[in-house]
Amino acid sequence: MGISETYARGRELVVSRPFVLVVALVVGLLFVDIVRQLATPGGLNAGQLASFLWDGLVTGLAIGLAGVGLSMTYSILNFANFGHGDYVTSGAFAGWAVTWLIAGAGQFDVATLLFIGSLSTSQLGVSMFGTPLAVVAGLVVAAVAAVALSLVIDRLVYRPMRDEGGITLLIASIGVALALRYTIYIVWGQRTRGLTDAQSVPEVALGGGFELGGHEITLVVIAAALMLGVHLLLQTTKLGKAMRAMADNEDLARVTGIPTERVVRYTWTIGGGLAGAGGFLIALERGAMNFQFGWILLLLIFAAVILGGIGSIYGAMFGGVTIGLTQSLSLVWIPGEFSTVAAFGVMIFVLLFKPEGIFSGVTTA
Amino acid sequence: MSSAVDAAAEEAGGRGRTDGDGRDVPGWTPYREWFRARWAEGGAVAWATALAHLLVGGALFALVAGFDLGTLPIGGSLVWAVYLAVVVAVLYVAAAPPAEPYVAWLDDRWMESDADKLLIILGHVVVVFFAFAVALGLPFNGLAGALGSVLFFTAVYSMMVLALNLHWGYAGVFNIGVAGFMAVGVYTMAILSTPADAGAASVPGLGLPLPIGILGGMIAAALVGLVAALPALRLRADYFAIVTVALSEIIRLTLNSRALQEFSVAGVTTGTGGATGISMPGNPVRLLFYDGFGAGAEPALLGSVLFPLFDGLRVELIPPNSAWLGVVPLPAFTLDLAVQPTVISNWAYVAVLAAFVGLFYVLMVRTGNSPFGRVLKAIREDEAVAEALGKDTRRFKIVAFMFGCGLMGLGGILWQGSQGFTNPGAFRPILTFYIWVALIIGGAGSNTGSVLGGALFAGLIWEGPVYLRRVVTNYVDFGATPSTFPGAVAPFAEGEVLPFLAFLLGNVSALRFILVGVILVMLMQTRPEGLLGHRKEEAAAVPLAGRPGGDRGASPGAAVADGGADADAGDNTTTTTDGDTR
Repeated sequence: MGISETYARGRELVVSRPFVLVVALVVGLLFVDIVRQLATPGGLNAGQLASFLWDGLVTGLAIGLAGVGLSMTYSILNFANFGHGDYVTSGAFAGWAVTWLIAGAGQFDVATLLFIGSLSTSQLGVSMFGTPLAVVAGLVVAAVAAVALSLVIDRLVYRPMRDEGGITLLIASIGVALALRYTIYIVWGQRTRGLTDAQSVPEVALGGGFELGGHEITLVVIAAALMLGVHLLLQTTKLGKAMRAMADNEDLARVTGIPTERVVRYTWTIGGGLAGAGGFLIALERGAMNFQFGWILLLLIFAAVILGGIGSIYGAMFGGVTIGLTQSLSLVWIPGEFSTVAAFGVMIFVLLFKPEGIFSGVTTA
Repeated sequence: MSSAVDAAAEEAGGRGRTDGDGRDVPGWTPYREWFRARWAEGGAVAWATALAHLLVGGALFALVAGFDLGTLPIGGSLVWAVYLAVVVAVLYVAAAPPAEPYVAWLDDRWMESDADKLLIILGHVVVVFFAFAVALGLPFNGLAGALGSVLFFTAVYSMMVLALNLHWGYAGVFNIGVAGFMAVGVYTMAILSTPADAGAASVPGLGLPLPIGILGGMIAAALVGLVAALPALRLRADYFAIVTVALSEIIRLTLNSRALQEFSVAGVTTGTGGATGISMPGNPVRLLFYDGFGAGAEPALLGSVLFPLFDGLRVELIPPNSAWLGVVPLPAFTLDLAVQPTVISNWAYVAVLAAFVGLFYVLMVRTGNSPFGRVLKAIREDEAVAEALGKDTRRFKIVAFMFGCGLMGLGGILWQGSQGFTNPGAFRPILTFYIWVALIIGGAGSNTGSVLGGALFAGLIWEGPVYLRRVVTNYVDFGATPSTFPGAVAPFAEGEVLPFLAFLLGNVSALRFILVGVILVMLMQTRPEGLLGHRKEEAAAVPLAGRPGGDRGASPGAAVADGGADADAGDNTTTTTDGDTR
């Protein structure tokens, strides 16, 4: 024990893992800069910083929630599903149609409600606090619809090609994505529609200009609960064990007697359900959606999932929050148009130095 | 015996079967057999039979199609459905017997060589658009314009697909950031070559000569490719894919930002133009026809010769008010072959693009056959083996990636750069997926397939549905088009289908995407190798077809270049690994 040993350890760290040092240095510098900006009068204030952090957390949890499904299908079916973003959109549209139907039943024309047509959102007055029943029903329908959709698509598209390579399935999933997105386009139209009544959502002011929106809190609570549920499911049930076995080695799992097709169906069920619920919650938090919001989100979801290591569920959650925080905290230094660039940049940066992602090797656990 | 002949027989047999099954109209078979027998006699008898058949069929169709439904006492969708079915049936009955020898002939030609495959596909695209133009009643100028635009897209997609084929078909690198590399090429060219006094509409450029701009664009695209490939090629294929698509979005968002809209470096002001876009130097092909780039430029050189020539190309075959032998009145008839100047200069640019497609093609074939290309294919099939043989696979992949990116830059310049103006919205990731669809239709690993895929995508998937809509709406009056989906499906309750059809036709640009998606899924399920992508080729450096005992005269160069069905005639010297496992 002594200085020499500590020195040797330090040297080894520098030589073998310079990436860790670089990251530590960069993060440290950025932290120091934030402190400096906070200290500067007229610069960043604590309320702003807190809002950035909170926004990042909210976006990150939404991305992570959608990402868990992507990560699960990746680890068990071995392909990157480019249609996942459109499962998110489909779920959201189905869920919001039901929410509107329940909230506006009797007041408005059923067709207009079902196709989320042009209505004054303040007249309809949908919000978690104004019409909780409609929102919860919508959330459930969103999840169920996305589950049904993903099971049907699995039956029609992916099951006949179960033995194909990952790239073949990936290309097929691009086809699924296009077909789904433009079916939604044809049925619901191109319009970006307002969904909730912003006036009726309470906000919790915490001082310094820092406010927590009611829908943001809803999203965080539900997302955290769902993620905890997935965690318990994977850790404590037999199904979770079977899934982890399949992610590890599918042939071995089948030999052991695990009904792989059934596990695949459960995977789509959980993944699709989370995608639909995630889409519904994101639309709730934003108060608006259009036919391609899931697709635009997909790249960020991929960034999150890859950042954490494809196949790892905690990686997806962690990656989502990291991407969300990167996006919002980058506003401290660079203009808003570059926040997505920053998120992608962080993903590429991590991949270059740790190609298997941060939570690599911890598949579906 | 080689499997090539088997494949040919199988293909012909397969087609014959499906055609035969589909064409068994009850009561129709004797006539078909009679037709087949006459056709088999050959010569004048065969042609006369076919001609007579088509004439009768045409007359029948004209009779059916000429009915004015408005005079019928009952309206509604049922009558329409029956009418449509009758029209289709008549068309089918008329077209089926002559189609048989035609399909057989096509099968023969298809196996001949790559040039024949290309001619067959391009010929059909041209025929389909000719039919569209006739159905729309377009004058010759309209037909030339429509064909010019289809061939433009065919050419640009072919170029992009050829470049992408180098990445995916040869090196097995899964690049879905094509749009980003295109954008780098186009924007670098624009910044380098736009005049410094571009006017108020756009940011100034550096004003360098156009060839320097184009070369600079290619080099820039290749360098961005290097920056992406150097670290990222270590990643798994799907990670690499996502890195490339993220990179293409980073490039697009950066070009879109206000921060770089206009900036000064060392006293020179230039910029990307932000979301409003950037103007580019004029298309040099225009200088063949005009004395300047401006709207008011006078025709010069070729223009001063060709424009008046084509402008007056109207031959009055039968002047108005004339009569046969001074007794029988004849209808006036003018053969109108007049073509507008814009269409002529568009065609000239298409010719330039075609030359570039040829250049790309030759370049790719040469690359594929070179030692370099062989190593690439080895890497694609099994990187570990290639490495074990002492190849620096990383370097090979990086060089191939840069080369492909440079070509994508050039393709982008020829595509977007020809229009004098571009903005970041033209480089969305969806563009990459179009190019991918074209590649997959044609078949990865095949250069001819790349061009075929480009032609099929541009002609039948991209432009085709739009023209089909024009034709249908030209003939059928759907009434008011509902603006929303509920408005379109509500009339179902009253048995009305037309509003829904009208709605779908109005949304044909969205339907096109669904079509692309469905085709992609079906291709991946039933024919992941595409039309021509067999990816089986001779491993020997010398052509094997010319050996004693080689029984075919197929051009060896084409066979090797393409890895087509007729290339695997060798015995032990063929590699028959399937590349789709990567």
